[in-house]
Amino acid sequence: MTYFNEMYERDQTRPPYAGLAAWMQAMPADLRIQKQAEAEALFRRIGITFAVYGEGGDPDRLIPFDMFPRVFTHAEWAKLDRGIKQRARALNAFLTDVYGRGEIIRAGRIPANLVYQNEAYERAVCGFVPPKGVYSHIVGIDIVRTGPTDFYVLEDNCRTPSGVSYMLESREMMMRMFPDLFRETRIEPVDRYHDLLRRTLKSVAPAKCEGDPTVVILTPGHFNSAYYEHSFLADLMGVELVEGADLFVDGAFVYMRTTEGPKRVDVIYRRIDDAFLDPLCFRPDSMLGVPGLMDVYRSGGVSICSAPGAGVADDKAVYTYVPEMVRFYLGEEPILQNVPTWKCAEEGDLKHVLANLGELVVKEVHGSGGYGMLVGPKSTRDEIETFRLKILKDPSNYIAQPTLSLSTTPTFVEEGVAPRHVDLRPYCLVGERIELVPGGLTRVALREGSLVVNSSQGGGVKDTWVLAE
Amino acid sequence: MLLLIDHLTRYRYDAPVRGVVQSHRLTPSTHDGQQVIDWQVTVSGGVAGGGFRDGAGDFVQGWSVKGPVSEIEVRVRGKVATTDLAGVLRGHRESVPVEAYLRDSKLTEPAGGLGTLAKVAEGAENRLSAAHLLSRTVTEAVTYTPGATKAHTTAAEALEAGEGVCQDHAHILCAVARANLIPARYVSGYLLADDEGKAHQAAHAWAELWIPGLGWVGFDAANACCPDARYVRLGSGLDAAEAAPIRGSARSTGSEILDVTVAVLATQQ
Repeated sequence: MTYFNEMYERDQTRPPYAGLAAWMQAMPADLRIQKQAEAEALFRRIGITFAVYGEGGDPDRLIPFDMFPRVFTHAEWAKLDRGIKQRARALNAFLTDVYGRGEIIRAGRIPANLVYQNEAYERAVCGFVPPKGVYSHIVGIDIVRTGPTDFYVLEDNCRTPSGVSYMLESREMMMRMFPDLFRETRIEPVDRYHDLLRRTLKSVAPAKCEGDPTVVILTPGHFNSAYYEHSFLADLMGVELVEGADLFVDGAFVYMRTTEGPKRVDVIYRRIDDAFLDPLCFRPDSMLGVPGLMDVYRSGGVSICSAPGAGVADDKAVYTYVPEMVRFYLGEEPILQNVPTWKCAEEGDLKHVLANLGELVVKEVHGSGGYGMLVGPKSTRDEIETFRLKILKDPSNYIAQPTLSLSTTPTFVEEGVAPRHVDLRPYCLVGERIELVPGGLTRVALREGSLVVNSSQGGGVKDTWVLAE
Repeated sequence: MLLLIDHLTRYRYDAPVRGVVQSHRLTPSTHDGQQVIDWQVTVSGGVAGGGFRDGAGDFVQGWSVKGPVSEIEVRVRGKVATTDLAGVLRGHRESVPVEAYLRDSKLTEPAGGLGTLAKVAEGAENRLSAAHLLSRTVTEAVTYTPGATKAHTTAAEALEAGEGVCQDHAHILCAVARANLIPARYVSGYLLADDEGKAHQAAHAWAELWIPGLGWVGFDAANACCPDARYVRLGSGLDAAEAAPIRGSARSTGSEILDVTVAVLATQQ
């Protein structure tokens, strides 16, 4: 398999990487080692630890930081920017629709059972329209690149995508260690993110809010793998970081306990799952949430971001229909492509999958964390044949995708610099307006040949540059 | 029929609590089978929060009580004019898609003997007769025995025990209906008890099944009938926990003693 190298085209350096090529040449090995140690010490001192949503692993582990930036040209980003915003609009339109009239289902474009019987579909919010009609206020879209102009969306994260702190810290780190790089090259800044996030959250304050909206971040607590990020964002935005026990319902509103007495809260950026938000509406045993919160929310006394129920849009089975959502709601062709997906439930697709098992990745529809899947090119004949029987037994439980040839970017490794595979997670903000800072979180598979960028499997992060025009 | 309802729920705490928050489904909605003439809910020392009609068409009302308190009284009094529609829920405004009621819940998981029990409907000529068949089967499978089950007993457990109360009948009926791909939901409400004491409880529960052409139709397996003019409908959900008339949370470390009395009377005025 051949991979698209984002820095080199045959022996030529691609223009966006010209500056970095010189930088790399000029850097002596001992300086590189010294800088890398410096970066690690800085990360440790500020205490940044990190786990990407849903990956598990040790929450206090430091994620490796790679100093070699990943670069997009202005034109490349312009296309990504349009594609990401388009997708974020379509996903929100879908959510408004399926909790309202369900037009896309009535039109037969998405099967009803996929949506209405989905675990993430919340009957409790049917018929309720959140402020500005926004359900997913922070949309994290995982993208891989396979060629000069080929980008594919791997998955959407509509609930509470994490990792944005790493985008901001990586940039901060690079600017501190290599200020010259940022003088020589004009790179689009990402440091407006927290301003935009605060503005986005305030823009969806409920109608009953009087004056400047009070925003809080609701965290499950310090044992959560993304707790660092919760406190980091609260600090940057200048808002309170609270746990469920810091909030209470009185009458038609939610208040936070403060040293100066109760203070009304208008917008809650929650980093806890729907099921734990309110024991009077969802799981009765939840200790993380706020009793009565959902009644206040549904009677317009407070806004919750992301809106309860938003998860039905980022389900693995629903994912295959996102291009259809773009066409249905926006009347546009999708700018970003989905990874082609064959549904074994459909006869023609099943035939194709069974004939090409050796080249495909086959996943369980509701599986996660890499369990119960077949990676064709990395499996033995026996494994493939065993899996074939599993598929035949229950075809509708499986989908298949081609093995993607993720692009590589140069990465510092022990022997010097070598190509490693990367993906990208940008964070799109949706409120009164749709905003996207030029950049995102680039994850890199540090092990040679590995296509798995997950932090639990030896993945690291690097700064992501978008060159100014 | 004109029904008068007087429903008192008293919570006593062994140590004063710092505060209580409740979510109520205690106000009947008006539809073709019931018209609310007069209705009042009071919570001692309580402040009413925002109230709204949810997607299932039920009135939901939040309440909060500031502590310290050691006793709270929730009193419901009202008058409802009812009409016998043979169980059919007509003129009830709601927006939840019926397919959403095919999902299981913890209390209605299709475990144990439920799968076998559900098979009885396989030969039915249409969905309505399947529903009647299922309801009759549930009536026969579980004997009404107060105290045999608890609030968190699952449908499968109650079936295995062979005894239970209206909550268990409704849970089992929901489970076997969904197993036959018939959307089903749990309904809580009031029932006018008859003279012979055959109709069991004033605070009652039954199931609703979705029948094409008719919409939601009530089935009371505990009393082997469909809801009529003796029934007042309060709210619905996937199971008893979701449809509970009162869900509450007290900020305390101690325990709570619950005392409920419900009176439903028929009146001429």
